[in-house]
Formats: sequence, C-alpha cells, structure tokens
Amino acid sequence: MLKFLRRNFAGYAFLSPWLVGFFLLAIGPILASLYLSFTKYNVVRPPQWIGLEHYFYMFEFDDRFKKALQVTFTFVVISVPLKLIFALGVAMALDKGIRAIGWYRALFYLPSILGGSIAVAILWRQLFNYEGVVNSVLSLIGIQGPYWLADPDYALWTLIVLAVWQFGSPMLIFLAGLRAIPQDLYEAAEIDAAGPVKKFFAITVPLLAPVIFFNLVLQMIEAFKSFSGAFIISGGSGAPLDSLLFFTVYLYNEAFSFLRMGYASALAWVLLLIIALFTIVAFWTSKYWVHYENERG
Amino acid sequence: MTDVSASTTAEIAREYRAERARRAKRAAVLKHIFLALTSLIMIYPLIWMLAASLKPDTQIFGDIGLWPGTFEWQNYAQGWNALPVSFTTFFWNSTVVTVLSVVGNVISCSFAAYAFARLEFSGKTIWFALMMMTLMIPYHVVLIPQYILFMNLGWVDTYLPLIVPKFLAGDAFFIFLMIQFFRQLPRELDEAAMIDGCSPFKIYWAIIMPLSLPAMATAAIFSFIWTWEDFLGPLVYLNDQADYTVPLALRSFISSDGVSQYGPMFAMSILSILPILLFFIVFQRLIIRGIAMSGLK
Repeated sequence: MLKFLRRNFAGYAFLSPWLVGFFLLAIGPILASLYLSFTKYNVVRPPQWIGLEHYFYMFEFDDRFKKALQVTFTFVVISVPLKLIFALGVAMALDKGIRAIGWYRALFYLPSILGGSIAVAILWRQLFNYEGVVNSVLSLIGIQGPYWLADPDYALWTLIVLAVWQFGSPMLIFLAGLRAIPQDLYEAAEIDAAGPVKKFFAITVPLLAPVIFFNLVLQMIEAFKSFSGAFIISGGSGAPLDSLLFFTVYLYNEAFSFLRMGYASALAWVLLLIIALFTIVAFWTSKYWVHYENERG
Repeated sequence: MTDVSASTTAEIAREYRAERARRAKRAAVLKHIFLALTSLIMIYPLIWMLAASLKPDTQIFGDIGLWPGTFEWQNYAQGWNALPVSFTTFFWNSTVVTVLSVVGNVISCSFAAYAFARLEFSGKTIWFALMMMTLMIPYHVVLIPQYILFMNLGWVDTYLPLIVPKFLAGDAFFIFLMIQFFRQLPRELDEAAMIDGCSPFKIYWAIIMPLSLPAMATAAIFSFIWTWEDFLGPLVYLNDQADYTVPLALRSFISSDGVSQYGPMFAMSILSILPILLFFIVFQRLIIRGIAMSGLK
C-alpha cells in the first residue's frame, strides 16, 4: 500500500489541479447538464423532474430549434469546405521557397488571430451594411448589393465570409504538411509527363490526406461552436427572421435571457451529441480515404 | 555522324532547360501577383477599420477609401469616454483577467503536461484519453452547470469564474502542446537528476521548465490572445458595467441605439485589438510554429 502510494504520489500531485478541474468543471457539469435536461429549472425554484419531455418538445414542436439546426448545418457545410479549399490553395502557392514567404504567411494568418474578436464582428456589421463598403465595391462593377444584414436570404453569407476570411490556421498546418511530401515524387511524375492537375490528385491529395482530415475535424468542431460573430452581427437574437440563429446563440438565449436552464441543457446535450456524431462519422469514413504513411496498402 | 547527333541532343537539352526556366519564372511572377492581391484583400478590412477610426462620422459609411480627408484624432478621446464608465477601467479589468489567466494556464497546464509526459503512475492512459476528449467538448455544454455552481458560490459579478478555471488546467490544448514539447527533451536529464537525488518537483522546476521556455511562451501568447478576446465568459458572468472587459464594453457601442458615433466606436475597436497586434508582431515566429506543431486554432 505504502509502496503504491509512493510510486503514484508525484504523478497525482502534479495532475491534481487538472483532476479537480476535470471533475468540477468538465465531467461534473456534463453529467449535471444531462440531469438538468430532464428537469424544468429556472434558477429561482429547485429543478423539477419532467423526464424526456424537453426532448419530445424539441423535436416535435420547437420550430426555432429546427431553424437553429438548419442555420448551423448550412453554416458548417458551406464554410468549412470553402475555408479548407482557400487554405490549401494559398498554402500550395506559398510552398517551395517563394520569396517574402514570411510576409505573406503573416498577412494571411493575421485575420485568424483577430477574427474572433468583437472589434472584427462590429467591423463586419459595418462593412455589410446596405450603405457599407461591400455594396460600394459591388456598385463599382455595376451590381446593386442586397440588404446583407436585413435580408434572411443573405445574412448567413456575411458570417460565411467572416469564417472563410480566417483560413490562416489551417493554411499553416497545410504548409507544414506540404513540406513533408518528398520532392522527388513530383520530379518522377514530371518525367512521366504528368500535368499539374494529375500531380495534385495523384500525389498531393493522397499524401496530404491525414492533414486534410485533421483540419477538417478541427474546423468542423470550431464551426459548430462559433458564437460571438453571429451574436454580435444579429444583435444577440439571431435576427433577421432567425436566419442567424446559430445553435449556440439559441442556447445562450434560452439559458440566460429566458432562464429556461433545463431546456437549454437539453439543447446543450443535443449539440454535444451532434459534434460527437460528426467526429465519429469523420473518423469512420477516414478509413477509406486517409492512409498514414507507416501503414501498408 | 555521331558528332552531329550529340550536338543536337545537347542543344535540345539546353533548349528544354531554358524553356523550363522561363516557365518557372513566369509561374513565379503569376504566383506573386496572385499572393499579393489576395493578401491585400485579406488585410483591407483591417486597414479600413484603422482609417475609419480617424474619419469624421459622415465620411465612414460607404467610403471605400483608406485615407481620411481630415484626421479626426478626437475620435479616440471621445470613444475613450463615450460610455458612462471610461475605457481606462475596461482596459484595467481586461488586463487583470488576462494576466491572471495566463499565469494560471501556464502553471496548471505545465503541471499536468509534466505528469503525462514524464511521470509514471497508475491510470495514466485513461486520464490521458479523458484529457484528449475534453478537447472536443464545446464550452456551451458545461456553461450552464458551471454558472449554477459559481452562482451558488456567490461568484457571479466577480472575475473568479473567469480566472479560477484557468488555474485548474481547463484548456487541454495547452496541455497537449506542452506534452509534445516535453517529449522531445532527452530522458537522460531526468534520470541523471533522479540519481543525484532530485525530487520530481525539482526536476520540473530546475530542468524541464527552463528548457521549455519556447513552449511556455507559445502557451502564454495564445492564452493571452484568447482571454483578451473572450466574449461569452464575461457576457455571462459580468453584469455591472464597471466590471466590463473591453469586448463587453465594445458591444455597448452597438447596443445603445440611435447614437451615431461610428468614429469613436472604431477608434476603441482599434485600441482593443492593439495589444494582440503588438503580440503578433513581436512573437510571430513562436505563434506560427506553435500552430504548425499542435494544430491550435
């Protein structure tokens, strides 16, 4: 017993802050929110058990819930691939020792580091105003821009542009991945008279697949979680006509504007399950298109 | 006969090589044009914001120009005092929260990373797997139970809910980043120190930490940027304007309707991202390497 203690003491001593945090702020709250999701709870009165009622209500009657799912999925499905395509395209242009690469890299990365700030969200609201800069630029080429922020058909695009604008971090990861591809593969392909398209699909994509996969999962989770841009640009409510009602925005309003903590907890669990499901599906399908170098076949 | 064919082969080879060089040069020029144009588009919104912060209100809206006709320096003075509480307070609040968060993150995450990377104890694999799983959990899922917990502790409207979790190694990204770094350090160092009778804490403090300054700096920088930009945490826990951090204060500009003070608003937006910008310029190399290493956002 004493020996067991002595052998493990140092490890658990160093781990103790994390352990406390893990139980009190991660796993504890996750289980607590599962419990709360089965109750009616408004902070003032103690939670009142209602079983699965919240979940039935959500899927049967709650149109805003369905709208929030639709908005969030649309955002994820459009913004993540676009972001990755931009990131890969620019990374390939930056690869192979181009001059001034440091400058370009810094400029392309800068939006990623500032993009989550409220300052940029406020800026975006201004740029996409009906009388704002984006429409001024469009009018230069003879296009009358729409009411970006007031028209439900266009509002989500402002946030998609904001997300794609921040392609810097997947770009940096792609750059690191591209560096790892042996150059002689491309040279061999050139001798075989392979064109750029052929080289891209026969060498770059397969060898970069693990990195593409990593970026895909990371950006997907990130997109599901995004909050402050939609919150600021929609004025906190998901307006116009709930077209910016991101799942996180809906959850925040249910919990902290209407104090429906039980229902919001049910929403939180649905979000957790959706993210888990997407991640699992990504990992499961990756067997068919991602091959790591150290495995055969 | 042989002579002639040899000379033509050489000529063809020379011709081929010259053609290749020409093509490479043309490609490089095209690439530079593409990169320069895209990076300009990327950076344009930020420069526009800087220009807008110096323009008179009437000139801001659709003006795509980047040069203010008259420099309205008083936008900055006006913005600083535009809200009932001055920005001196907001910047001070943000500084307190950010500095304490950075300290907490570096200490607690390096503790956990040291345990995972260097110490042996039973259950390590399971804890490690659980730690990696917390990377996926959206903050929204733990937010409500955490809020209830902090409310019962009487911590709402204080900075404790924003700071204390940082001392409990809440951000698994940093733990992961540090583990990656610690693993590169030679094990012989620990073993030699152990033979000399050093305690695990001594090894952590006198050997691992001094050798890991780049990793600690990277974690500190990201911790700084994310805490400085954090919006959801302060939004949930801080209700009194005198307690606001800078992002919350910025939001007050757009929620107070009717008042047209765009110049001052952008002036404060610029000031709010200035610390991040400075950090980015000074620590660019560490930041970019940190991302390539760990896939941080």
